[in-house]
Formats: sequence, C-alpha cells, structure tokens
Amino acid sequence: MSRLETNLRVVRALGMRSVRQTFRRPQLIAPIVVFPTLLLAIQTGGAGAAVNLPGFPAVQSFLQFMLAGAIMQSLMLAANSGGIALAVDIEMGFTDRLFAAPISRYSVVLGRLVGTAALGVAAALWFLAIGLVFGANIEGGVPGALVVIALTTAATVAIGGVGSAIALRTGKASIVQGLFPLIFVILFLSTAFFPQGLMVEPAQTIAKYNPLSFIVEGIREPIVTGLNGTDLLGAVLAVAGIATISLLMSARALRHRLRTGG
Amino acid sequence: MVRRQDLATIAALVNRAKNELLRVPGAAVPGVLAPTIFFLGLNGVFGSLTQLSGFTTDSYPSFLVPVSLLQGAGFTGAATGVNLARDIEQGWLDRLLASPAPRWVLLTGLVLAASLRAFIPATAVLLVAFGVGAHWPGVDGLLIVYAVVAVTAAVAACYASSLALHYKSQSAAPLMQAGMLALILATTAYAPLELMQGWLQDVARVNPMTLVVDAVRQGFVGGVSWEETWPGILALAGMLAIVGALSLRGMRRTAL
Repeated sequence: MSRLETNLRVVRALGMRSVRQTFRRPQLIAPIVVFPTLLLAIQTGGAGAAVNLPGFPAVQSFLQFMLAGAIMQSLMLAANSGGIALAVDIEMGFTDRLFAAPISRYSVVLGRLVGTAALGVAAALWFLAIGLVFGANIEGGVPGALVVIALTTAATVAIGGVGSAIALRTGKASIVQGLFPLIFVILFLSTAFFPQGLMVEPAQTIAKYNPLSFIVEGIREPIVTGLNGTDLLGAVLAVAGIATISLLMSARALRHRLRTGG
Repeated sequence: MVRRQDLATIAALVNRAKNELLRVPGAAVPGVLAPTIFFLGLNGVFGSLTQLSGFTTDSYPSFLVPVSLLQGAGFTGAATGVNLARDIEQGWLDRLLASPAPRWVLLTGLVLAASLRAFIPATAVLLVAFGVGAHWPGVDGLLIVYAVVAVTAAVAACYASSLALHYKSQSAAPLMQAGMLALILATTAYAPLELMQGWLQDVARVNPMTLVVDAVRQGFVGGVSWEETWPGILALAGMLAIVGALSLRGMRRTAL
C-alpha cells in the first residue's frame, strides 16, 4: 500500500470517527442544528415583515432570504465544534498517540476536517430541505442547490481550519469553546440576517468588509436570484482567503506542538 | 411550617452558589456575554424594523431590552440545572439527600440562588442598553424589571432542575437552554404582535411569556400601568407553580 493510500485511509477513518462522535453526543449536535433552526423559525416569524421595508431586496419571502444566514450560522458552529473535538482529543492524549504512529501529522488534522465538512454538507441539506418544506423557492434549481452545498462545505472546512489551528496551538477545549460568543459577534456583524443597507451603524459598515458577508451572499444568490455568478466569485475568494490563513495557522500550530510537545 | 434549620439550609445553599461565583468569576461571564451580544447584535441587525408602520416605538433598543433581560435570566436559571446535573454526576446531591433537610428546602436553595444570580446579567444588559440609547423605564419600571428577572430565573431553574433530575446528566444542558430560549423568543421578541407572521404570531398570542415581556417592556416604551403589569405577574406565577411542582416531584422521586 502506497503512502498516499495509507494517509487517505487514516483521513477516512478519522473523518468517520468525528462524524459518529458528533451524532452520538446531543450536546454537540444541538448547537449545530437545533439553535440555528430555532432562530430561523423565530426570526422568520418575528421579523418577517422586514421584507416590506423600503430598500429590502426583492425576495419571495423572508424565509428564503434567511436560509443563507441559518446555513452560515450552522456551518460556523460546526466548524467550532470540530475544533472543540480536536482539542478534547489533544487533552485526552489521543492525538499524541496518532502523532507517534507512522502516518502524516497533517492527515490527523485533515481527518478531523473531513468530519467537519460532513457536518457542513448536513447543515446545507437540512436548511435547504427546511426551506423547501416551508415554501421557499430555490431559484437556482438543482444546480443552485449543489452550489450552495459545495460552497457551504468549502466554507466549513476553511473556517474549521481556524478552529483546528486554535485547538492545536492551545490544546484546550475550553479555549476553543470560548470562541462560541465570538461566532455570534462575527455573524451579527455580517449580512447573514439582514441586508447590509438596512443595518444600523456601525454594524452596517463592518458588514460591508466582513469576509463572512461575501460567503453569505454567495450562498444566498442561488437561493434568492438563481445562478448568475455575481456574488459567487466574491464568496469563493473569501473562502480561499480564509482557507489560506487557516492552513498557515494550522501548519504553524502543528510545528509548535511537535516542537514543544504542548 | 418553615423551621429555622430549613432557612439555615437554604441560606447555606445560596451561600454555596455565591462562593462558586466568587471563586470562579469566569463562570458568570457566558451568562452575561450571551444576552449582551444578542442584544447588541439584534439591535444592529433589526434596528430599522422601527420604520415599519405599526411599530410601537422608534427606539429598537428600548423594544428589545426586555427580551435580553429575560434571556439572561433564562440562561442563569438553566445553568442551575446544569450545575445540579453536575452535582448528581459527582455524587454531591446524594450527600444532600442523605441529610435530614426536606427536599423542598434543597430545591428552594437552588432556585433562590438562581434568582439572585440573575441580577448580574440583568444589570450588565441594562447598562449596555442605556449606553446604546434605551429609554429610562422609571423607578417603578426598574423595580418590575428586577422582580420579573428574579422570578423568570426561578422558573428557568425549576424547569432545568426537573430535567437534571430526570436525565441525571449534563448532556441534557442543550435541552435546558433551548427550552428557555424558545419560550422567551416565541413572544413579541422582535416585533409587535400585529407585525408578526404565520405560526409564530399564533404561538406568541397564547405564550404566557408574551405577557411577561410586555410587563417588562412597558416602562421602556411608554409608562408603567397596573393593567400591563398584572397579566405578567399572573403568567409568571402560573409558570412557577407548574415547573415548581414538576421539579419538586423530581426531587422527591430521586432516590439515594
């Protein structure tokens, strides 16, 4: 068996392990699915009249507009959850045992990210299904839905990489868990839940430059207007930017961990 | 009849919660941070909803602050359930149950501690709200705020404790938090009832917590009146009676 094959098997095994771990523990799955679904339901019913505001973009319904925000929220929580799980593995010494094995160290991190990516796919499927069940159109049709799933998965891996880097650097689940409120701060300061032009300052200005806004708009475009590529390019660039940063952070954190042992 | 030693036990349990706060001050941070972030975030996001015709105030911070206050109380109460589950897992509750203290006394100690602890996030949220332009509710409005926060935390603590006593595991924590969050948000949290849509409007109409939100909100968006206050008191009393009975039943059924 070649070295590449061995590492792919490791990545697959660790990916399956992290998916099973998440679905076995309700405290891990609840924030990823329950909270974003709850907020989607409440915000759609509570603030649904917002579509009548002057300047609100033309949408079929507020639910259709909000789907991208819910997906974004869910993928960020999935990414954070992956980081927490990696930190728990480090705390328990499981990662040290893997590092001692004759496999690539990066495949250990990649395995965790595969699990995180699977959660991203699940989040996209879940919210697209919710949207369809409750009457929201996916204007881009099946190709649009596939773009939403692909973009969500890529964004989950990119943002999950940041969580993994922090887990590798600190080795403490409590620190990664501490990022939970920060996720909401970044989300509220993006266009996840409302059009940028109607947000209140200073949130409006921050949302304009927040990379998450670009990703949200990229996910929203196939749902609300169809596939025209206007926002998609910005989203892909934002995901690529975050992925590059997270890759550099993870490599640095991994080197530090292997050099110092903690 | 309440005996002196019962009061001493309740005071000891409240004191234990206070010591936890003093020794691990960081433990109170999430309870303060979550409602504050939600308040600031939702205000930045949905602030322009006041431009809709039929909105009852032109100040969204004033409209939103009651929800964040109750959210803080809900999270604090839910944390009591999580702590109780931890005490069950670690065997601490068994030692309490082995003592001659009646079960209702143990429960009262836990719930009272939650009520007092809820003043911390409430004060933090209020200060932030005034900082971003929420109206002053008046002294009577402020008294209603703190009274409602204390009782809401008690409701949440009873609800979360009944779950902790049932599941005997901290894994039930999301259920405790999500339950309270749903109860508080399925009200006129973001907009007046007339501007709400679909099923949520129907749910908010019958949700007793809507009356509580309205009772707290009145001071921030207008004046305080008895007509707006008593339905909230009645709703809270009803909820406390139900979840209090449930948690007491759970405590009495918990065997050593």
